[in-house]
Amino acid sequence: MDPRHLVVVGGGMVAQRLVEALRDRDTTGAWRVTVLAEEPRRPYDRVALTSYFSGRTPEDLALGDPALWDDPLVTLVRGDKAVAIDRAARAVTAQSGRTFGYDHLVLATGSFAWVPPMEGADLDGVFVYRTLDDVAALRGYVTDLAAERSVRGVVLGGGLLGLEAAGALDALGARPTVLQVDTHLMSAQVDLGGGEALRRLVNRLGIGVRTQSMTTRVVPHRRGGVGRVELADGTRLDADVVVVAAGVRPRDELGRDCGLPIGPRGGVVVDDTCLTDDPHVSAVGEVACIRGACIGLVAPGYTMAEVTVDRLLGGGAVYPGADTATKLKLAGVDVASFGDAFARTPGALEVVWADPVGGVYKKLVMSDDARTLLGGVLVGDASAYASLRPMVGRELPGDPAAFLLPEGGAGAPDLELPDDASVCSCNNVSAGAIRHAVAEDGCHDLGAVKACTRAGTSCGSCLPLVKKLMATELGKLGVTVSSALCEHFTLSRAQLYDAVRVAGLRTFTEVVERFGTHGRGCDICRPAVASILATTAPAHVLDGERATLQDTNDHVMANLQKDGSYSVVPRMAGGEVTPEGLIAVGEVARDFGLYTKITGGQRVDMFGARIDQLPLIWRRLVDAGFESGHAYGKSLRTVKSCVGSTWCRFGVQDSVALAVMLELRYRGLRSPHKIKLGVSGCARECAEARGKDVGVIATDKGWNVYVGGNGGFTPRHARLLAEDLDTEALVRTIDRFLLYYVRTADRLQRTAPWIEEVEGGLDGVRAVVLEDALGICADLDEQMARHVEDYEDEWRATLDDPEKLKRFASFVNAPDVPDPSLAYVPERGQVRPASADERAVLVAGTTLEVRS
Amino acid sequence: MTTLDERATTWLTVCRLDDLARERGAAALVPDEIAGAPVLTQVALFRLLDDTVLAVQHHDPFSDAHVMARGIVGTRRVDGQDVPTVASPMHKQVFDLRTGACLDPAGKQPVVGCAPDLRTWTVQVADGDVRVAVGGGTA
Repeated sequence: MDPRHLVVVGGGMVAQRLVEALRDRDTTGAWRVTVLAEEPRRPYDRVALTSYFSGRTPEDLALGDPALWDDPLVTLVRGDKAVAIDRAARAVTAQSGRTFGYDHLVLATGSFAWVPPMEGADLDGVFVYRTLDDVAALRGYVTDLAAERSVRGVVLGGGLLGLEAAGALDALGARPTVLQVDTHLMSAQVDLGGGEALRRLVNRLGIGVRTQSMTTRVVPHRRGGVGRVELADGTRLDADVVVVAAGVRPRDELGRDCGLPIGPRGGVVVDDTCLTDDPHVSAVGEVACIRGACIGLVAPGYTMAEVTVDRLLGGGAVYPGADTATKLKLAGVDVASFGDAFARTPGALEVVWADPVGGVYKKLVMSDDARTLLGGVLVGDASAYASLRPMVGRELPGDPAAFLLPEGGAGAPDLELPDDASVCSCNNVSAGAIRHAVAEDGCHDLGAVKACTRAGTSCGSCLPLVKKLMATELGKLGVTVSSALCEHFTLSRAQLYDAVRVAGLRTFTEVVERFGTHGRGCDICRPAVASILATTAPAHVLDGERATLQDTNDHVMANLQKDGSYSVVPRMAGGEVTPEGLIAVGEVARDFGLYTKITGGQRVDMFGARIDQLPLIWRRLVDAGFESGHAYGKSLRTVKSCVGSTWCRFGVQDSVALAVMLELRYRGLRSPHKIKLGVSGCARECAEARGKDVGVIATDKGWNVYVGGNGGFTPRHARLLAEDLDTEALVRTIDRFLLYYVRTADRLQRTAPWIEEVEGGLDGVRAVVLEDALGICADLDEQMARHVEDYEDEWRATLDDPEKLKRFASFVNAPDVPDPSLAYVPERGQVRPASADERAVLVAGTTLEVRS
Repeated sequence: MTTLDERATTWLTVCRLDDLARERGAAALVPDEIAGAPVLTQVALFRLLDDTVLAVQHHDPFSDAHVMARGIVGTRRVDGQDVPTVASPMHKQVFDLRTGACLDPAGKQPVVGCAPDLRTWTVQVADGDVRVAVGGGTA
């Protein structure tokens, strides 16, 4: 039987969820589905729109598995808008003129940003904050303007979206002021006390706030565009850009036009099965008026999508009601509200804890016997949100006040969540589902649990709770989630780093005796301890016992290749090299018969050096003014650069000079994993700096610094850490970022996953390195200063030390006999290692005079 | 035809104990026979913390390169006892230095024609000299 045809009008988050759920559960292929999306792209995470300003790209915001749209039963029509529904004929007409017949229709058109009626709303420079195109246009406008003058922004609306828009303006360097009609910010979610605490936090970020301010008109500047905003009380505010975030209205015009009942404040009326009064038409998400109201949150929309799919497949699901808990995604401001935040339940009690100095306001709403949690407001510290929200409607163990006190106080009792408690409201995942995934489905790490349950895959605010549930469950299974370095140390790398630093240990023997469990270490802990000691107690890599800890690359200070030979990569800081330098490198390669290639990191790599040739090669390089260069090990590799303003007609800063300086500054810095940097001289980003652990991009005003990018198996784009820094501030920021990473990352953890795991994520890193939230910056600065001062050319130092040179003998009883197993054959004018077959022919026997 | 066991062991002095660094390896060439023909074989010598010296083949059976002496020396607990080990610098397989047994193939197979375990040689340290038993077969 041919599948029936489902047409979904709208290509947002809820439409995506509906299609996913349908393809997941419709195992017999009863339905095929066509999605009509007005935007030219796949559904994306509108909730995370603001992160577009902290460096996420439209691709990063894409939702779910792209394979969904390759399913033969799924058609995504992009960039075409539905314009009419003929319910009698069961057909939808699109703007392009195409008509889509349906067996069932789902309206998922969402809402639009409402612009209050006012003069000047159509001026250039007035934006709404709804789609990727909106925010991209806003960014473009502000960036262009910022090139000419400092930009002042005004945001109309002090709700969730308004604050996020203000944060975005702030991130763009446009000094924003938020105008709120109501008595306080986020008045739909937060009470007056919370709103006041929120205002103080927002002010600290440099965002102005005016409450009880009604905008009457926007006045053009004489040069065109926006000039100022006028308020009902006569106040005039200069403004170069205005973002309207005054609320949303359901996009119900299609439903209206085809005669479906519309709610009193808009929205297509549906019953608890999400059906309109036409049995062939449903509505889901923000366009649906359910139980008398439209809800501007994604979680209830997801629930409606699931209900609709269940009904399409013959199930009996009904809408259970909405979880209207919200959390603000604004850097540096923690706000959450959940349940009955305004204590509207008769007899409700409010337990409040406020610290105006610290900018914290927390309130729990309890039932009249002070036992059952009804809701709450958390401002300034919403860390308890993930564990408290699922407890709404349940008895709290112990005194509610215990849950409000700051960490380090009396401490709240551990919350043992019931199985049916919702942990991830975005994806409606219960505590039981997470426990089941761990216990029954064998998901033993966060990635597996996320993939299996979808928990934490949308807004991510529940991830700490998911992690805790997973760890508890693993504990019950007898699986210890061990952060132990290896069998020789129960400490994690970060713990061991601190332990070694504080105890002032200098050798592996001291470390293993003090903190080890047994034995003499292994290939995991020995290099890790070497790396820790390299920054806590700097010494030459081959000094004394330290030499025994090094992986072969660090031990012979070159890169091991597949046949047991090594490659040598002379340092060319920033990629800059003189003609004489190039000639010298070429002569070394020619004289030693080395295969040469430009590396992925803008260097000349020379392959096929035998271990006994390494000192001879270094001597030649040292004489030509080169350092052999770190192209191996867990340390700074290269600082890639574009040509910069000295030659480039577009460059705005000297990227080469900065790259040279940074490479020389951080060379030799040992870390949990390799570190790469990049510097681009303008926004064209020719150095691809955002693919690096630290990427620097020049602006007219200074340098923007991005962190956490990498290539490799899981490529990541770096995200914005700070903007428009002068060179001094930039270097200080990178110093601290790198050492904070060196101190706290796991073994072999690159910066991107480290930023995800470290306390507070990217915001936490920003707080530590820019605001000194942990009070360790002076220490980090001092440590980096010592690194820079103590750096020595490790290869030159080795050449000067006969003891160290002994390690480069090919054979201890025949130091001058080259390894007879090495053999090379010509290819494309150079040599390459012989294959096994070729070697059988090439490798002749060696004679050796033996002492007996 | 003689069997390996019947032949006399020759002690070949390869270096002084002081030529070897503790908890690190060094390669040496020793005379050997393949199918009756004299050849030189590469062995990897390891001086442990207590100055015991152990010898295994320098050839890494998992990568087909002569690199074992460049691996990291350590210990691994096997049946409640700390066993001296070396990890291949190429792909991190771990071997028992006393027996040559591969304790951890790290998810890989040895190259065609090679056993996963390393061959071993008997070593004695006398008067500061490191001597390897050659010609007498494997230890």
